[in-house]
Amino acid sequence: MEEAIQYNRCTMKKTSLIKMKARETGTIFEIEGGSMFEKRLGAMGINVGKHITKLSAFVMRGPVAIKVGRTVVALGYGMASKIWITINKK
Amino acid sequence: MDNHKQKIKKIALIGNPNVGKSVLFSRLTGVRVLVSNYPGTTVEFLKSKITLEGDEVEIVDLPGTYSLEPSAPAEEVAVKMLNDVDLIINVLDATNLERNLYLTMELLETNHPMIIALNMSDELKHRGISIKDRELEKLLGVKVTLTSGITGVGIKQLKENIVQAKPSNIKTRTHQQRWVEIGKIIAEIQHLSYRHHTFLEILEDASVNHWWGAVIAVGAVFVSFQVVRFIGEGLINYVLGPFFNSVYLPVLERLSGFLSPGSFLHNILIGHLIEGKIDFQQSMGVLTTAPYVEIVMVLPYLLAFYLLLSFLEDSGYIPRLALLLDNIMHKLGLHGFAIIPILLGFGCNVPGILGTRILESERERFIASTLISIGVPCAALQAMIVGILGAFGGGYVALVYAVLFIVWLFLGAIMNYFLKGYSPELFLEIPPYRMPSLRLLLKKVFFRIKGFIIEAMPVVLASVLIINVLQLLHIFEAISGIFGPVLSFVFGLPKEAIWVLIVGILRKDIAAGMLIPLDLTVKQLVIACVVLSMSFPCIATFVIFLKELGMKRLIQATIIMLTITTLVGGVLNMIL
Repeated sequence: MEEAIQYNRCTMKKTSLIKMKARETGTIFEIEGGSMFEKRLGAMGINVGKHITKLSAFVMRGPVAIKVGRTVVALGYGMASKIWITINKK
Repeated sequence: MDNHKQKIKKIALIGNPNVGKSVLFSRLTGVRVLVSNYPGTTVEFLKSKITLEGDEVEIVDLPGTYSLEPSAPAEEVAVKMLNDVDLIINVLDATNLERNLYLTMELLETNHPMIIALNMSDELKHRGISIKDRELEKLLGVKVTLTSGITGVGIKQLKENIVQAKPSNIKTRTHQQRWVEIGKIIAEIQHLSYRHHTFLEILEDASVNHWWGAVIAVGAVFVSFQVVRFIGEGLINYVLGPFFNSVYLPVLERLSGFLSPGSFLHNILIGHLIEGKIDFQQSMGVLTTAPYVEIVMVLPYLLAFYLLLSFLEDSGYIPRLALLLDNIMHKLGLHGFAIIPILLGFGCNVPGILGTRILESERERFIASTLISIGVPCAALQAMIVGILGAFGGGYVALVYAVLFIVWLFLGAIMNYFLKGYSPELFLEIPPYRMPSLRLLLKKVFFRIKGFIIEAMPVVLASVLIINVLQLLHIFEAISGIFGPVLSFVFGLPKEAIWVLIVGILRKDIAAGMLIPLDLTVKQLVIACVVLSMSFPCIATFVIFLKELGMKRLIQATIIMLTITTLVGGVLNMIL
């Protein structure tokens, strides 16, 4: 699910958190997996519309670390695959 | 309106994990508690009493939770406790206000009388954050105080605010509405100024990176080993060893002459003389070997280990290690966060098993607790292994660790394969690095060492006493005669070694000490150390396992333990 859309002068790319590369930044536009999951992430400050930076990507379906505001959160692979991001590229 | 004042009997400190509730609790009550820089240090609630306008009030420190919809046993404890408290002190991390406010919103909706502590306020300035606390107070409708558990700022004000606490009368909102409200509040009361990244922040990001993180982790583990060795050996060779030999020994020699060797009291207090002299490692007396093992052989390494562990805990490095190890831990049916109870287990298995409460499912708790009791030797036993095997060369110590590590990996993988259920995923907040406060660090080490001396010393003295009495009554020979041959056949150990295993149920360190007079070969020592590490955990661990996971799980773990210990010890006997 990688569709590129023209928006102003930036190219915005939608991708899942796992496909995002380390040190890329983007905005959360969708969290799949039900309202309980969304609430649990939400209580930690991970919500739709939040600006995030991906810090690490481990091999072999490993965890993902992201920075949301001033919080760094580590998420399992399955969780990360349910979070969809629009990546900002100049 | 103010009639709720009279009714305050129980106050709860509640907030997100790792916001400094326990430091604040300690400040408010004067009670010493363990604090660390990672979420989930407090797995039980802590209670104490404070005096409020002449009345005694109970105050509880609850495990951290992100929301009132709990997702781990420790969080459940917090939410359940909320029902019977009269007043809430909501503790927030002032440097991470937006996320912390979500729980605040939920708490306000419960309509408990409440006050707010914006903790860690001493860090606001250097993080370029300014907060209008008076505005926040107006917006939330409850008293707000800027506090710092580390420096003590605002604690007096917070105490004064308790009697002014009132419910906010906010009606229940949806998840979305809460976030909209938080967005508005943050825009109004918080201002962030731009500043350059500090060295610590660069290190923060690097240590969670998949490449740099691994490099840093290997370095950290290497440095940790060196530090523990340096402190431990230093204390043994230059401080405690010389003290025992030049100050304590002459006193004992006089006592020995006074009691006359061979007498009943001499046998119990001083033990046997080796070539006419007291030998601290071999005499096995209540006043000789018992204190020597605990104070000279074990205490230095324990102190070194706890200094290091406490530093790692307070700095905030451990959650990063959890992230890096997540992949491996999943193979064992756990996730990275389980490294925290396992590390605690390397100090003492008891806090390790208690620490598994931070894990979400019972399955994970069982796997982690079993792995701790079988594959993780406590610091006291490790010190003895190093002391006994180190004399033959570091390679043999490494061999014991390697065997235990392999057992640990395989056992985890096997349990993961056979146990029903699945393991939840890692979901962990990684705190910023903090320079540990030396005062708190030393307090914590003191607290842990004191616990060790109070709990271990009497058991060690009693064990040695019992061993000597049994030996004098010739019960030793009788039991060795019955079980000894099995031990010799399977593990290749002399029949007297059965006593090492039996004493190991009481304390592992003095049990290991009993190996010294047996004059074993290196191969036998390696096998004995492995078997001692893996076999019955000490009685304290047994009790805590039973309390935490129940009889059925304890029996399962015991069967696993007996099987795998026999298997591994037997195989080592054949291949070494």
